Amino acid sequence: MALPALSPALPEILLAVGAMALLMFGAFAGEKSSRTVSFGAMGLIAVAFLMLLVAPKYGTTFSGAYVLDPFARLMKLLALAGSGFAILMSLDFARREKFDRFEYPVLILLATVGMMVMISANDLISLYLGLELQSLALYVIAAIDRDNVRSTEAGLKYFVLGALSSGMLLYGASLTYGFTGHTDFAGIAAALKAHGSSLGIVFGIVFVLAGLAFKISAVPFHMWTPDVYEGAPTPVTTFFAGAPKIAAAALMVRVVIDGYGPIAKDWQQIVVFISIASMVLGAFAAIGQRNIKRLMAYSSIGHMGYALVGLAAGTQQGVESVILYVAIYLAMTLGTFACILAMRRKDGPVEDIGELAGLSRTSPVLAFLLAMLMFSLAGIPVLAGFFAKLYVFMAAVKAGLLGLAIVGALASVVGAFYYLRVIKIMYFDEPKPAFEPMPLELKVVLGLSGLFVLGYVLIANPIGTAATTAAASLF
Amino acid sequence: MYSAIVFLPLIGFLIAGAIALFAHPTAPDGAAALSGHGHDAHGHGSHGHASHGHASHGHASHGHDDHGHGHGHAADDHGHGHDDHHPSAPGSRAAELVTSSLMVVAALLSWVAFVSVGLGTGEAVRVPLFAWIQSGTLSVDWAIRVDTLTAVMLVVVNSVSALVHIYSTGYMSHDPHRPRFFAYLSLFTFAMLMLVTSDNLLQMFFGWEGVGVASYLLIGFWFQKPSANAAAIKAFVVNRVGDFGFALGIFGVYVLFNSIEFTTIFANAQAMVGHKLHFLNGNVDALTVICLLLFMGAMGKSAQFLLHTWLPDAMEGPTPVSALIHAATMVTAGVFMVARLSPLFELAPTALAVVTFIGATTAFFAATVGLVQNDIKRVIAYSTCSQLGYMFAALGVGAYSAGVFHLFTHAFFKALLFLGAGSVIHAVSGEQDIRRMGGLKEHIPLTYSMMVIGTLALTGFGVPFSQVGFAGFNSKDAIIESAFMGHGVFATYAFMLLVIAALFTSFYSWRLIFMTFWGAPRAPKEVMDHVHESPRSMTVPLMILAFGAVFAGMLFTGLFNGYGHGWEAIKGHYDAFWKGALFTGPENRMIEETHNAPLLVKASPFIAMVIGFVTAYWFYVVDPSRPGAVAAQNPGLYKFLLNKWYFDELYDFLFVRPAKWLGRFLWKEGDGRVIDGLGPDGVSARVVDLTQQVVRLQTGYLYHYAFVMMIGIAALVTYMMLGGSH
Repeated sequence: MALPALSPALPEILLAVGAMALLMFGAFAGEKSSRTVSFGAMGLIAVAFLMLLVAPKYGTTFSGAYVLDPFARLMKLLALAGSGFAILMSLDFARREKFDRFEYPVLILLATVGMMVMISANDLISLYLGLELQSLALYVIAAIDRDNVRSTEAGLKYFVLGALSSGMLLYGASLTYGFTGHTDFAGIAAALKAHGSSLGIVFGIVFVLAGLAFKISAVPFHMWTPDVYEGAPTPVTTFFAGAPKIAAAALMVRVVIDGYGPIAKDWQQIVVFISIASMVLGAFAAIGQRNIKRLMAYSSIGHMGYALVGLAAGTQQGVESVILYVAIYLAMTLGTFACILAMRRKDGPVEDIGELAGLSRTSPVLAFLLAMLMFSLAGIPVLAGFFAKLYVFMAAVKAGLLGLAIVGALASVVGAFYYLRVIKIMYFDEPKPAFEPMPLELKVVLGLSGLFVLGYVLIANPIGTAATTAAASLF
Repeated sequence: MYSAIVFLPLIGFLIAGAIALFAHPTAPDGAAALSGHGHDAHGHGSHGHASHGHASHGHASHGHDDHGHGHGHAADDHGHGHDDHHPSAPGSRAAELVTSSLMVVAALLSWVAFVSVGLGTGEAVRVPLFAWIQSGTLSVDWAIRVDTLTAVMLVVVNSVSALVHIYSTGYMSHDPHRPRFFAYLSLFTFAMLMLVTSDNLLQMFFGWEGVGVASYLLIGFWFQKPSANAAAIKAFVVNRVGDFGFALGIFGVYVLFNSIEFTTIFANAQAMVGHKLHFLNGNVDALTVICLLLFMGAMGKSAQFLLHTWLPDAMEGPTPVSALIHAATMVTAGVFMVARLSPLFELAPTALAVVTFIGATTAFFAATVGLVQNDIKRVIAYSTCSQLGYMFAALGVGAYSAGVFHLFTHAFFKALLFLGAGSVIHAVSGEQDIRRMGGLKEHIPLTYSMMVIGTLALTGFGVPFSQVGFAGFNSKDAIIESAFMGHGVFATYAFMLLVIAALFTSFYSWRLIFMTFWGAPRAPKEVMDHVHESPRSMTVPLMILAFGAVFAGMLFTGLFNGYGHGWEAIKGHYDAFWKGALFTGPENRMIEETHNAPLLVKASPFIAMVIGFVTAYWFYVVDPSRPGAVAAQNPGLYKFLLNKWYFDELYDFLFVRPAKWLGRFLWKEGDGRVIDGLGPDGVSARVVDLTQQVVRLQTGYLYHYAFVMMIGIAALVTYMMLGGSH
């Protein structure tokens, strides 16, 4: 039996092998090696990123279970960027908070491999494999600060609920297999096209989507998110808020478009329900939050709701809008978490939004960039976040989902409140003592994110073209 | 030249305004002024604040020789006496000099214009500046129109304005905001010139509103003083009522004539007689309704009966402002407007009757109120109101030239009286209540003689049956004779009221003189010790105005009202001067008829004046206990007059309170409860409720989380089974 073609999966293989090597290195070099391992991990991610960017080997392998197409390539690039920046942003925190464990970058690498498998999954089996690889790594990462009660509690909650969702996903997958006789997406789609929908298939879709919705923390499978975001160390939260969301969203897109494409009417309703629930809950629940990490948890719930608006459209334009949405969301989130990581005084990090009071006077540049990010998250025009929402709403309206777009717009009005409140606190409240100086790497990330958000208008065209190419490969 | 006359004040305004904006007083004058205000506000009332003003702020050390007692206007300008502890804005002197000298130039040029237009033979001059509005058939240009009427107004406005500018350099010398003051004065002058040189109704409206704004700004010049702000708002709001009518009138003119250019309107006016206009659900005579609407604007601006309430309150402004705006110029804008539109009014006899009625009523009403007022500026303010009534009465009976002539002479003697009053107030440390003056004539003889000249002019002192007399003698007598000979329905009514008003005028004017200057001093000793004559910058303008108050009547009466014997001669001289700027219908022979009034009628104002004088002399010099006894005998009448016929209370009851109630209702109930309650507040409250509910879901218990997930799945499955697309 000949070996399957490995070239489409080459970056994943590189990362997996590299992760093992770094693990060995760390195990022998001891705790002090964490910084070296971090840089090694970032280097590996950079190489994988370049491989995909410069010379992607498009194709299908492993008996059709694994695919690298422009869609997968673009989403992998985003996921790799999210992972790489997450490691970069953890460096300073790790040194100061005695958080420097070499396992952390290794686990991120392994999770990243899982994400890439998810993104490339073209079969229910590889889908589950990738998902579990990613999830197992994430469970550990959530609890990595093992001496901290809240971190371990977060890890445990995430694990138990994650196991539950994995079970649901598996149940849905087996229903799908049982009613179509196929595990590969192309086969499922062909069977559905031939025989149409049935109650068993619909059950299967509900369970599969429930499992995936858990990963992107969409309502009502979001309950873990606020607790984990708040309980986990901030660099971990940074990571959670970025790359895994990209991978899960990509997986969701591929499953419903490639696998369940022929019965779009059925899954559309589920996506619409989840989307509305997420947007509304994200908007309302965040208003009650004082902890900025918890606030960002609800913010990400809401944003995933908006991304699903595009998916609900089910069209090529809809997929394109989802890609753009998650890309812009990734940039905004990384920038915002760079600010959150910068919220540190002599006696440690602070997380209450009241601590931002008067930031405009103590560190005006940071305040300005955070204000721009908040405006962008709220969807104020000319900033990137506005276009993200515009794309998904346009796709929804074109697909006849006017009501969904209206609910989304209204939810964004409610949601604007808590973003604007952060700005109000920074600009109009009496100043609190200044934060510690920001480390260089956070400045870089915040600067890049700020540039992206402010200058998105200028680069909207090339990004849009890339998204169009990626979306076209699914249809 | 005409452009220069109009735009020199604008340049002055811009320069002084720039200085006011960019050169701030070096001291934090806002805080100082506020504290000063709190200090003086109650001092103004009944107890001798002047003494403590001097005790605590003796500022001889400041080296203002001519103003050793600069607290003089402390009550007049309340807290501002204190501000002279702070250096005024740099450039104050420059602002004064620039605006004043530009005004003097403009004033001199105005006299040149008057001579060349009025006495020359030239036609009316029209200087087009630029096209303003082109919209459909409406086309409006900016243009300067100078005919005899405009030339008269130019002389009045610029002369008085120039003198007031000069006077103010002395009077306001301790105010830290002089650049702003002079900027406003020049802005006012510019707007007034825009008004009188207008070539169409819109441009006139522009000037009309411009003087309204300047008046508002100047009444409220001491913005730290709540009463000044209230007065400024009152003036503005009451004027809006009139302006509403004015604007409607302009619309009506456009509907009727399809143009708002004076030339077009006047040329076609005759053809429009008898035209009907659909107005207020009825067909009414077009010219009548238009004239009445336009007159409504004039009533507001000229403080006529029913819309007069703002003028006495406007005395909250600095005294030079009262002299310039609220006596000599702006308030006469209504008179000017009616005179300018005489071609329309002449064709609307009903409207003219209303003008007569309102004018005569105002003259009488204001004179009665003036009898009992105790604030020196308020007495003169009611006098102004009354004299404006005379002018309208004259216009109403068709004697346009008599009305305009009275406007012309009145400007001199009323400005004189106001500036003289300012000089008195200045002398007695800011006191304005004539009950606390007295015996001043030995101390400030120059001011006293100026005030006496002003009073003689106002009361119309002169040699009966001749033209020899002070300014008011010629002009007021002409009005009373016109009223007697007038043909309108209200002419006789007007005649009787005007004669009675002349008696009252004489009484209150002399009462003011006697109480202020005669008798024993009633002011506290500290004040009397400091009584001093005003500086040269203030007395020289007084003397120039006094010259006008003495001679303006004698010199110009023939010019304005025509002279000679017989209709042909009079009409010939009349037309030679006015050149059609004032229109009179073919049957209107007012200018000749007045000469034929019975001798008793001609003597009546003189008789009334003498009776008023004698009564005042008896009441306030011979038997000073008399006024109190009379007041005690007629308490109701006294109260009625003292409270200005209860107009303020009536309006408060009729308009202010219902408006406030409505406003409160719409605010509290409409906006607060309904719109906010159901709108922003209600929605945000519901959002917060919902948020609390949602947040409560997040218990932290793992099994709750799992339960929510299972419920979610169950709900989705149920929905897909039952309500889905199957």
